[in-house]
Amino acid sequence: MTEQSLPRPETRKRRLPQINPVYVLVVALILAIIVMNPAFGEPTGYMNFLKRVAALAILSAGALYVIVSGGFDLSVGSIMTLTVIGSSMLASNDPNSTYWIIPLMLGIGLVIGLVNGLVVSYLKVPSLIATLGMMITLNGVAFMWSGGAPRGYLPDTFRFFGRYNITDVPLIGILPIAVICLVVFGAILSWGMHRTNFGRMLHAVGDNPQAARLAGVPVQRVRISAFIVSALTAVLAGIILGGRAGVSVNIGSGFELQAITAAVIGGAQLLGGRGSVPAAIAGALALEAIFTLLNLLGLAQPVRLVVQGLILIGAVAFATYQRKRSGR
Amino acid sequence: MTEMSQPRAPRRFRFERHASTLLLLAAIALYVILLLALGQARFLTLDNLVAILGRSITLGITAIGQTFAILVASIDLSVASVISAAAVVTSVMMNGDPAMMVPAIGAVLALGAAIGLVNGLVITKLEVNPLIATLGMSLIIQGVLSYYYNNFAGNVPVEFQIFAYGAWGIVPYSLLFMFALAGLAWFVLRFTRFGSDIYSVGGNKDAARLAGIKTARVVIGAHVICSLCAAIAGIYLASRLRSGAPWIGAEGVYDLESIAVVVIGGTVLAGGRGGIWGTMAGVIIFSLIDSIFNVAGVDAFVKQVLRGIIIVAAVAFYAARSQRPVA
Repeated sequence: MTEQSLPRPETRKRRLPQINPVYVLVVALILAIIVMNPAFGEPTGYMNFLKRVAALAILSAGALYVIVSGGFDLSVGSIMTLTVIGSSMLASNDPNSTYWIIPLMLGIGLVIGLVNGLVVSYLKVPSLIATLGMMITLNGVAFMWSGGAPRGYLPDTFRFFGRYNITDVPLIGILPIAVICLVVFGAILSWGMHRTNFGRMLHAVGDNPQAARLAGVPVQRVRISAFIVSALTAVLAGIILGGRAGVSVNIGSGFELQAITAAVIGGAQLLGGRGSVPAAIAGALALEAIFTLLNLLGLAQPVRLVVQGLILIGAVAFATYQRKRSGR
Repeated sequence: MTEMSQPRAPRRFRFERHASTLLLLAAIALYVILLLALGQARFLTLDNLVAILGRSITLGITAIGQTFAILVASIDLSVASVISAAAVVTSVMMNGDPAMMVPAIGAVLALGAAIGLVNGLVITKLEVNPLIATLGMSLIIQGVLSYYYNNFAGNVPVEFQIFAYGAWGIVPYSLLFMFALAGLAWFVLRFTRFGSDIYSVGGNKDAARLAGIKTARVVIGAHVICSLCAAIAGIYLASRLRSGAPWIGAEGVYDLESIAVVVIGGTVLAGGRGGIWGTMAGVIIFSLIDSIFNVAGVDAFVKQVLRGIIIVAAVAFYAARSQRPVA
């Protein structure tokens, strides 16, 4: 399933070690940004960039779990909205509330993921429809909870994860907490996907659910777990995004498609069986780098949409072309 | 499809085939009971029924096209952007001049067909997953459109508003048009070679290819029809709103709603099974649900929550019995 597990001596000989094109893309984009804006090469420049991308990167790593298992999760954006709105409503400006709000939000995320997974596995509703329904429902819940206009704001203890920077770090100057979160959760998700039995079963289920079932993989449980991971990362991403950007009613909208885009740019195969967490995070970096670059070029929001669309199609077309050429 | 060709098969009740009818009957029953319970039987008139149906014409026309895309095991997320683009182009080209009505409609239909063609080519020739291909297309159209326009642009002549507001007796022309279009789609799917090819390709692409069907052409054809229907829906919306704006498609969430309606109507997302009348039942169910909420005076946000739950529950209602794994 993964490139590592199938050594192919004949292709090894002819070509350089295979490297996922997304890494090349990220490096090229970042070089282009530095050329256009040398301040980006300074620690404050790239650390702020990483801080901005942290929420999307964590989210795409989580979304990849569902994609690899062969489904889609369209509900993650609404989970982020719900997390931000719910936290601001519950916090009521009390700094100590953060310590119970975050576990509570993770609990809510767990339940949402569980429901998504149960509906897909046992009610056999296609994940596209199931998570779409969840998205509509959760957006409604977030509106209901806030009464249409969110009141209150997030206390600083809550915004710590998204906003705070550790200053005076040797070598790099500043180190945002969001970047630490990105590294830690990226490592955990990467370990879960590529170093555990669960990750292997996830790939097997996405590749061929029938074969996986016959091989003794608990298909239903694996798929449900994938949705739970995805929902939990959405809560984490919501906490970081809320910390960075503050409260607004549609803060998470659009993130579900951006997360899928990032995973796809990272070479994940839709409908399952192939994907890598570091590459999905790199995909998120690439997406954000493109947006930064377009901003530097002074191009308006509409152009961003066009470029995002072209890249989305181009990345998948390129991946398909490569796969066909290597005969797999 | 093959019930007739297996004479020995016992005629048992095929739940999946009748699920959308059952759901429709349940929705109607709920609506009637609610009206009677609330003592608002005055709403139980033919006029009101027509009014309910008239509210979902854009969704209905779009969903007819989406049925074709989903039947060939594809999907089209670009319909909302196509609707916006079609509406804007219609109103900008007409700009109040009745003489421009025919050229504008022709141009919009050509635009729709071209978009569908590109979608189909990207999906079949570049082998891009249809979800991604049409999502990318949607972003591109939306970007181009909002680059040039950021508000209502142009206006349609009064003569053209007849499409949305004219009526034959109590039945609006647009409603007749939608059912005529559904009838045409049914005819194509049921009685033409292209129609049966669509079911074959959606059911099993490899088998269809081995049987000599040019699968790529069928998929492209389905996408052209899908985008054409979306373009027609945009034309209708321009006529109804008297002008077009670049956000009207996205605002109506026609991409996801049309998919939801098709799936509730019993067409399988994996392709190859389903039909137009199921989709029409799905459209009517959707507008009935809206009416039920309105009559019951449900809060707007609660309405949204219930809507999400109903979409999932309606699909679960018959999908839960399926033995196949779902994506």
